Parts: sequence; C-alpha cells; structure tokens
Amino acid sequence: MSIARRGMLALVGALGIGAVAASAPGVAQAWEPQKPVEFVIMAGQGGGADKMARLMQTVIEKNGWSSKPLTPINKPGGSGAEALVHLKTKGGSDPDHTIMVTLNSFYTTPLRQPGLGVDIATFTPIARMAEDTFLLWVHKDSGITNIEEFVVAAKEAGNDWVMAGTGKLQEDQLLTDFLNAAYGLNMKYVPYKGGGKVAKQLAGQHANSTVNNPSEQEGFYASGDTVPLAAFTPDRLELFPDAPTFRELGQDFVYFMQRSVVGAPGMSDEAAAYYRELFQKVYESEDWQAYRKKKSLYGDFLSDQALMDYWMTEREIHKAMLSEMGAL
Amino acid sequence: MESILLSLSGGLLEAFQPLNLLMIVIGCVVGLFIGAMPGLGSVNGVAILLPITFLVPPNAAIMFLAAIYYGAMYGGAISSITLGIPGASTAVATVFDGRPLAIAGKADQALTAAAIASFVGGTVSVVLFTLFAPPLADFALRFGPPEEFALMVLAFATFIGLGGDDIPKTIFSILIGLVLATIGLDIISGRPRLIFFDISGFMHGINFLVLAIGIYGIGEMLWTLEQTEGNVIVHKVNMSWRAFLTNLGHVKYYIKTTILGSILGYFVGTLPAAGATPASLMSYGLAKTFSKDPESFGKGNVAGVAAPEAANNAASTGSMLPMITLGIPGSPTTAILLGGMIIWGLRPGPLLFTEHPDFVWGLIGSLYVANAFTVLINLAFIPLFVRVLTMPFTVLAPIIFVLCVVGGYAPSQTMHDVWLMLLFGVAGYLLRKLNYPVAPAVLAIVLGPLAEQSFRQSLLGSQGEVWIFFERPISATCIAIAAALVLYPVLRGLRKPAKAQA
Repeated sequence: MSIARRGMLALVGALGIGAVAASAPGVAQAWEPQKPVEFVIMAGQGGGADKMARLMQTVIEKNGWSSKPLTPINKPGGSGAEALVHLKTKGGSDPDHTIMVTLNSFYTTPLRQPGLGVDIATFTPIARMAEDTFLLWVHKDSGITNIEEFVVAAKEAGNDWVMAGTGKLQEDQLLTDFLNAAYGLNMKYVPYKGGGKVAKQLAGQHANSTVNNPSEQEGFYASGDTVPLAAFTPDRLELFPDAPTFRELGQDFVYFMQRSVVGAPGMSDEAAAYYRELFQKVYESEDWQAYRKKKSLYGDFLSDQALMDYWMTEREIHKAMLSEMGAL
Repeated sequence: MESILLSLSGGLLEAFQPLNLLMIVIGCVVGLFIGAMPGLGSVNGVAILLPITFLVPPNAAIMFLAAIYYGAMYGGAISSITLGIPGASTAVATVFDGRPLAIAGKADQALTAAAIASFVGGTVSVVLFTLFAPPLADFALRFGPPEEFALMVLAFATFIGLGGDDIPKTIFSILIGLVLATIGLDIISGRPRLIFFDISGFMHGINFLVLAIGIYGIGEMLWTLEQTEGNVIVHKVNMSWRAFLTNLGHVKYYIKTTILGSILGYFVGTLPAAGATPASLMSYGLAKTFSKDPESFGKGNVAGVAAPEAANNAASTGSMLPMITLGIPGSPTTAILLGGMIIWGLRPGPLLFTEHPDFVWGLIGSLYVANAFTVLINLAFIPLFVRVLTMPFTVLAPIIFVLCVVGGYAPSQTMHDVWLMLLFGVAGYLLRKLNYPVAPAVLAIVLGPLAEQSFRQSLLGSQGEVWIFFERPISATCIAIAAALVLYPVLRGLRKPAKAQA
C-alpha cells in the first residue's frame, strides 16, 4: 500500500533513525562537506528571510543534493550584527561549513556599527537567489486609492501619521524617509520586530501605512483589507497590476531587498564552488521558480565576482542613503 | 451552528483517515519526548521535523506538526516536575509547584494533574476555536500596541502575590529580571544595550530559558546537594491503580482553576504578541490570587501545576488562530508551521477558511483527536516518568547537570549561553539562600521586553500622550482589571486583619 509505505517512511524519519538526505548520485564532487553545514539566518523565525531559507533547505533535502544536512540557526540579534560577527569568527576556525542567508542589513549594519570590525568585502559570495519587492500599503477603510490621496491625507495628519516598519534604520525606514522627502511629508516611523507584525498593525488600523513585501501583506490584500498604492519596482508587479510604480508617478526611485547566500570569509575555493553549484541547482529547481513567480520576485541568479560587485555597488548606495539620514 | 457541526464532523473523519491517524499518534509521542527534553521545545521539534512532512500530503503534515506541538506542551511538564528543569519555556511555571510536590513524594499526583489539566485546557480551547474562530480573529486584530501594553500590565498584576511575604525582595527580584530583559538590541532605537565586555553573545539578549534552566535546574541541584550533604536520598513513589484513581479523584481540587486557566490561555494565545509562556505565567498568578490558600502556592499545591498546564495547552491551540485566520504566527512554533504551509502551497490568511476548508477543518479535527491520544499516552507513561525519582540523588544530580548544559546550549547553540546558564545557576542558589523569590525575575524577563516595546510603540504613535491607554476600551478594561487584582489581596488582607498579623 502506497499510503502505508509513505506512513512508514515518515515514521522512520520522525524517529530520527533514517537520515533524510540521501547522497546524490551523478557528477563526482571535488569537495564535499565533512559534517553538517551551519545555515545561519540573519533574521528571526517566521520573517521573509526565514521563510526563504527554510524553503531552500527543504528543496535541498527533498532532492538529496547534500550528503550532509544543512542545520538552520536564526541569529537575528543586533539587526544581524550577531550573525555577521558569528560568520566572521567562523571564518577563523571553520570557514568551509558555515553559510548564511542574508538581506539588506548585510550592508547597513556594518556601516552603522564599525566597531564590529566586519568588512563584507572579505566574505565569500555564494549566490543571489532573488530580490524581494516593496510596496506602499494603506487600509481600505482609509478610503485612499492612489498616491495623490495618500499625500493629501498624510500631509494633513503631519506627524500623527504612523508608518509601521521593521527595525530601526533598516529597509522600511529608508523607504519612509524617501517618501517623507519626496512628498514633503512628516510621517512618524514606528519600528516593530518583523514584517508579519507590521502587516498586522495595518490590518488592525494601528498604523496608517506600511511598506511591506508582497508575501507579508498578500493575505490581507486577498481579503480586501489592505490596498497597495504604489510599488518601489521598475515595472508593475503581476500580483498587483493596479498599483503603479513610483517611476510612473514621476519619482525615480527603485528599491529591492536582496535574498542572498554568503559564505564565511576565508572559505576555500573548492568549498565555495561546491556551494555555488548547490544553490544554482536550488535556483533552477521547479519549487524555487514557482515560488519566485508566485511572490513576484525580481533578481536573477548572481554568483562569485558578479555578486561581490553587486554588493559593493549596493553598499555605496546604502552608505549614501544612511549619511543623508544622518545615521552615520 | 449546523454548518459548523457539519464541517467539524468532516474534519474529524479526515483526522481518522489511517495515514492521518498514524501521523497524529506518532506526532503526539514524539512531541511528548521533545517537550520533556530540556532545551528541545516544540519550536526545535517542529523545525527539525518540518522537512519530513514533505513525504506526506499537506493535511497529514500539518496534523503531524500540530500533534508534535501539542504533545510538547504536555511533555514540558514532565521534566519540570520530576527533575525541576523546565522542559520548555512554556513549562517554567509548572516547576513552581511541581518540583516541591515531587520532592514531597507526590510526583504522580503532580503528573496526573498536569495531564488532566492539559487535556481540559486543550479541549476547552479547541471547542472555543471551533465555535468562535472568525470573530476572535477580528478581536485579535484590534489589539494594537496600547492593548498589548495593558495586557502586560494585567500580567504583572497577576503576579503581585507571587513573591510571598517579603515585598521589597519581590520588587528587587522583578527589577533584576527587567534589567536582564533590556540586554541586547533595542528594536525601537536600533542600538545595542548592556553588551558587557563587547561580547557578541549579548547581542541577542538573554534567552529566558537559559535563565530558567540555570535558576531552577542548576540552582535547585546545588540547593538539594547542600541540604542532603551528599547523603543518598531516594524518593518513595506510589504506583498502584488505587493511587492512580485517588489522583484522578483530586481533580475536584483544581478543576475550577483549570477551566479558568484554559479560557485565559486560549484568549492570550490568540493574541499575536503573547503566546503560551506569558499565558501559563498569568494563569499561575491568577490561580494563586484567587486561591483560598495562597500561602501553599510554591510549596506544592496541585492547583499550581494544573493552572499553567491548562493555560499552555489552551494557548498552543489559541496561537493557531491568528496563524490560520490572519497569517500571523502567535508563537515561534506557529511561525515555523506557517512557513510549512506556504511551502505546501497554502496561503494562510483571512481567506484560508473559505479556500481550503478541508485543510482547516481537518486540522481542527486532528486537535480533538491529538488531545485524546496525548492524555492517554501521558497517563500511561506516568509510572515510567516517576521512576526517575527513585534514583539516588547522587546519580540524578549529574544527569540533571548534563541535561541543563544541553538545554542551555540547544536553543542558540553557543557556549556563551551555557556559561550564562551556569552563572544564573550559582546566582539563583545564592538568592535562594538569602531567601529572595526568583519566580518574579523569571516573569519579568518574559514580559519585560513585550511591555517595553508596546509601551514605547504606543507613545510614539500618540505623540507621548499617556491617555491612549485609558481612552481605548480594550486597554482601559485590562488596566481596570489589573488595578482590581492589585487591590484584591489588600482588601482581603484588611478584612482578615487577625490572620494577616499572624
């Protein structure tokens, strides 16, 4: 019986007797991990980065692409400072078995906290898996349907207009600052601990607006509770065809959240090549492509030097944004 | 109503499918042991076993994970009671009275009470879930920062009496907890606070389980070693059918507390901010406040075991409500479940009930089934668990020590936390020698960060206007109840001046 068989499989797995990862047949690898690979997640459980990391891990385990398991560990402390320092430390002891899923605090945290002694240029670029998008959201009961009405309402409310976002001096606040500057607003930024919490503040009308990723708001969007006004993307998103881009609205501003995998500094070339190939397979897998499409993700696969160049460009952009905010 | 019953019977049928039933039973057993192992809580269990669920259809997978979650809530009580080490953060309050009962040779009583209370908690909450899911989801949305803060004030108020007679020492203990709670990154200002010696391990703050395992596990072990001066002590354990039936008969002593704790736990669990740990602590505090014999709490009162256990099981079901209806996790474990649901191609959120009714009702049905199975399995295993206590303490102490170290290491996998745990253990032992209550410190480190964040978020939104807490109906109600709770023991004390003097 196939059902009984599947049940047995699950039983064996559940009891931890059978390891899930079977060794992959096929191309002989020059380098293979010798022990479980630490898969650090630079954000808390349940957030956008965490969800994607667990999807990557699942794809790898489902297909048996790694002879040793990847063990995810969340290190959200200090806007990722804890994770960055951890990776740097691992670079000294065991650079070949530590990789990390990272986001834009990869640029901003070392810039804001030079005391950490973290230079991302020394880290090992593995793969950029996607770029997540941002939109400006309001609650449907506000009656606001486009950016002009938003500007009028936010201007009138002045500093009483609450913009909820994730963390301090991170992505959401950069976008809030952009909106304040571009439209002459004085919105109040209130930080929360994760994108899901932020989305809920808007749905419960404890905030007037947010700049959530699509995956964070799509449930409330589907039920008609929240409305996307405009997207911080070059083109309109398939998911939200009625939301114009800020470019269309005459503001040349585009902003993405990187979803990348980075290795510890000092990783051997063989190990780096192994991980690059592994994540390229993940990127090309049906599961990942389907997820990309469903969440309207941008950003093609980048690796090696191209990824490092991308990081250096982004770091300069974030440096400029942060110094404009007076945060450096 | 009829449509609910119809959907529910469909869900129950789904849960009784052979594969699903098998997954539920395995999940309950695995969860029970995961919960009983210090350091391995439902979060780790669900995270580790998530990939395995890709071998079965989503319905069976969610039932499996929910059963683990559920079983772990029962299991947490086992090590809390038998070893005095909280098996999971949700079972910390269970140590308060569970451990004294075990030392008094009544571990079987405590374990039975924990199992029964968990069963009642689970049943009450799943019934509430079945009947009131959509309206409660709306209610949970109305909880903004001011309401969350008011709820935290209420939680602190339930603990007024927790420290016993010495009020200054209780306040001191709370303050220690609050200071420890501020360590790490402050999310409002984005700045690190109290990073001692620039050790990066402090960046993620003090994990409260590290504190609890240190104080209760290591501290308790040191205390017992000192008391017995190394003499071999073996607890007597009664394991006959008659004792079992007598224990079941004790339900009458704690059934009221249990039902109160269940309703409270469910309600607190549905709020995205809180979860099962604050719920269990609040339930314990309330049970003590309204007990006829509050002095016996902390010294081995079965109601003190039943109250947090009812609440943490109720809250675990409750926290699935915002996950399913709003797509927002009510606890770290449901955050991982949520990740799983997304990978299975489901979209948690307001439309899940209408888009995938078979999935949602199957899950609800499985909760009824899991609940029944777990209580049976748990009761059946009690003789095995209490056998632990028949070991001489000279054998038990090293085992406790190893489990504490593992429990301190597992959540963040850093030695930093192990050192901290040992430090807290020694500090906890000294505090106990000096007669300081430690439970208030544990409470403060759980609730402190939640209270601080919501307080500051509220004031940011209101331009510093404190009236925001009194203007909004829900938060005003919470604060009024909190005030009443603070005054209640005072008034009771005034009415019985003679007893208070004694």
